Amino acid sequence: MNFLDVLLAGATLGGLYGLVAMGLTLQYGVARIMNLSYGEFLIAPAFLAHVLFTQWGMSPLWVLVLALPLGFAVQWLVYRWLLTPLVRRTGAGPQLEVDSILATFGLLFVVQGLMLVQFGGNYFSYDYLSVPVDILGSTVAANRLLVLVFALAIGGGLYLLLTRTRAGTVVRAVSVAPRFAPLVGIDVRHTAALAFGLGGALVATSGVLVSMFLPFTASMGTMFAMKALIVVIMGGVGNLMGCLVAGMLLGFAETLVASFVDPGLTLAVNFGLFLLVLLFRPTGLFGKAAR
Amino acid sequence: MKRTEILVWSAAALGVALLAWLPQWLQSDYVLSLLISTLMYGVLATAWALFSGPTRYVSLATVAFFGVGAYTTAVLSEVLPWAGVLAVALVLGVLMALVVGLATLRLSGVYFVIFSFGLAELTKQLVTWYEVNVTKEIGRYVFVDITQQHIYWQLLALLALVLGLRAAIGRTRLGLALRVIGEDETVAVHVGINTTVVKVLLFTLSSAFITLAGAIMAPRWTYIDPSIAFAPVISFQTLIMALLGGAGALFGPLLGAVPLVLLFEYLSASFPNHFSILLGLVFMVIVYLVPNGLVGLLRRKGGRP
Repeated sequence: MNFLDVLLAGATLGGLYGLVAMGLTLQYGVARIMNLSYGEFLIAPAFLAHVLFTQWGMSPLWVLVLALPLGFAVQWLVYRWLLTPLVRRTGAGPQLEVDSILATFGLLFVVQGLMLVQFGGNYFSYDYLSVPVDILGSTVAANRLLVLVFALAIGGGLYLLLTRTRAGTVVRAVSVAPRFAPLVGIDVRHTAALAFGLGGALVATSGVLVSMFLPFTASMGTMFAMKALIVVIMGGVGNLMGCLVAGMLLGFAETLVASFVDPGLTLAVNFGLFLLVLLFRPTGLFGKAAR
Repeated sequence: MKRTEILVWSAAALGVALLAWLPQWLQSDYVLSLLISTLMYGVLATAWALFSGPTRYVSLATVAFFGVGAYTTAVLSEVLPWAGVLAVALVLGVLMALVVGLATLRLSGVYFVIFSFGLAELTKQLVTWYEVNVTKEIGRYVFVDITQQHIYWQLLALLALVLGLRAAIGRTRLGLALRVIGEDETVAVHVGINTTVVKVLLFTLSSAFITLAGAIMAPRWTYIDPSIAFAPVISFQTLIMALLGGAGALFGPLLGAVPLVLLFEYLSASFPNHFSILLGLVFMVIVYLVPNGLVGLLRRKGGRP
């Protein structure tokens, strides 16, 4: 493997991690809910893409268009139906953190169980755009390039949405000061549901992207959720650009270790990085998070 | 000690003695294996609550320690005497808990939750990696001269130990410090409690018990591979049981373990394919309907706040 190969593979994986983590940082940063079932809602759209592509011949790109609003709706409903009662019960106090962790942990097992019943424990993948493309003497599969482009486009688009529009400013205001946002007429719970849904749209998109270039199983969701959590902490909670940068970092680190040391050790690398960040920069690489 | 306390402790000793005598006249192996499961989850849930009950830090890493214990037995049971195996398991569990605790418990609880969420998967992958690359085979057989009765007695002793320890800690300054941390960590810091030391100490104690439980349970399976020893379901069930009973009370986790072991036994036998869905649903019902556990429910019925 030469340098450019590693660079391209790392960037694809890193862009994907960044995208997954951006959704989680929106959910956790704005709605203040640590969603442990997050990874399950990445794998479910991956299965959707698999079924629609292999059985109905639908292009994954169309599934992507479909997954965006679907993911939004599902997570919005999860927040409204499952989590709002907890927010009410705890008055959004410290107990909410514990209760929401527990509730979403239960949800994780339900969704994962449903997928295991439906699809079993095997690896799934399909062939889409796996033609080799030559870039400066290094060959990459076209679907990987597509994933990289989409991850960067969606991530960049979201960044612009949040920093340049009024709705985005409202979301950021709730993230920074949830107790003072109502003073300027912001409906916090509505905004939190919106952010939760946005996170859902992002994770559903990532799921479809994952299905294009990685084999996946029904029980893989936890690992994606964990990596996303690590990226969120590394980038600083609520920091979108931090997410992309930290995601890229993780992608490169994993690719380097997988290609030069041992593919079995990628998770250990994740945790090693996480430990280093916790020991030396507990507020994230860019030191912005307050919690 | 006051007279009532002496009474309580001797009643507890009598209870343990009665339970220890139980397998002597039990004819059915099935009942014994149910009792072993109950004791195992009793130990796990009580040990979990030893740390998480008073501090309210949710640990999702139970099976990481349990699996390390089980694997220690699998690897060393042919080379070392049984007491040596348990000692090594204890040391490993303590070391791992110290590393995790020192890295994450200085910070707010979220980091700890995230880390514990991934710890089981991490240890599983490291053990798998070691088995694939160093020993060249996955899966081990555990052949030791230990019967079901022995497992039962050892777990019973462990349960008595962890319950006794928790009762004893509740009376010391350490117990008081823990309660303050659980109520409000900022206050705890301001009254001069070294919160990190207290939390790491308790987490290490709790993990040591969980590791020992894993080491003791390993001979029951005879065959072990990483996906058996590190099954996430074990963490999950421990958590549910402690929560159902009420993690704050001494006998709460045990109270939750008994009915749920029976329920899960029934569910996994009747609906093997849908087990994890049902498990998740049971869990969510408990989180939504019994947030303070059965103990909290009983107290409210009894008129106390």
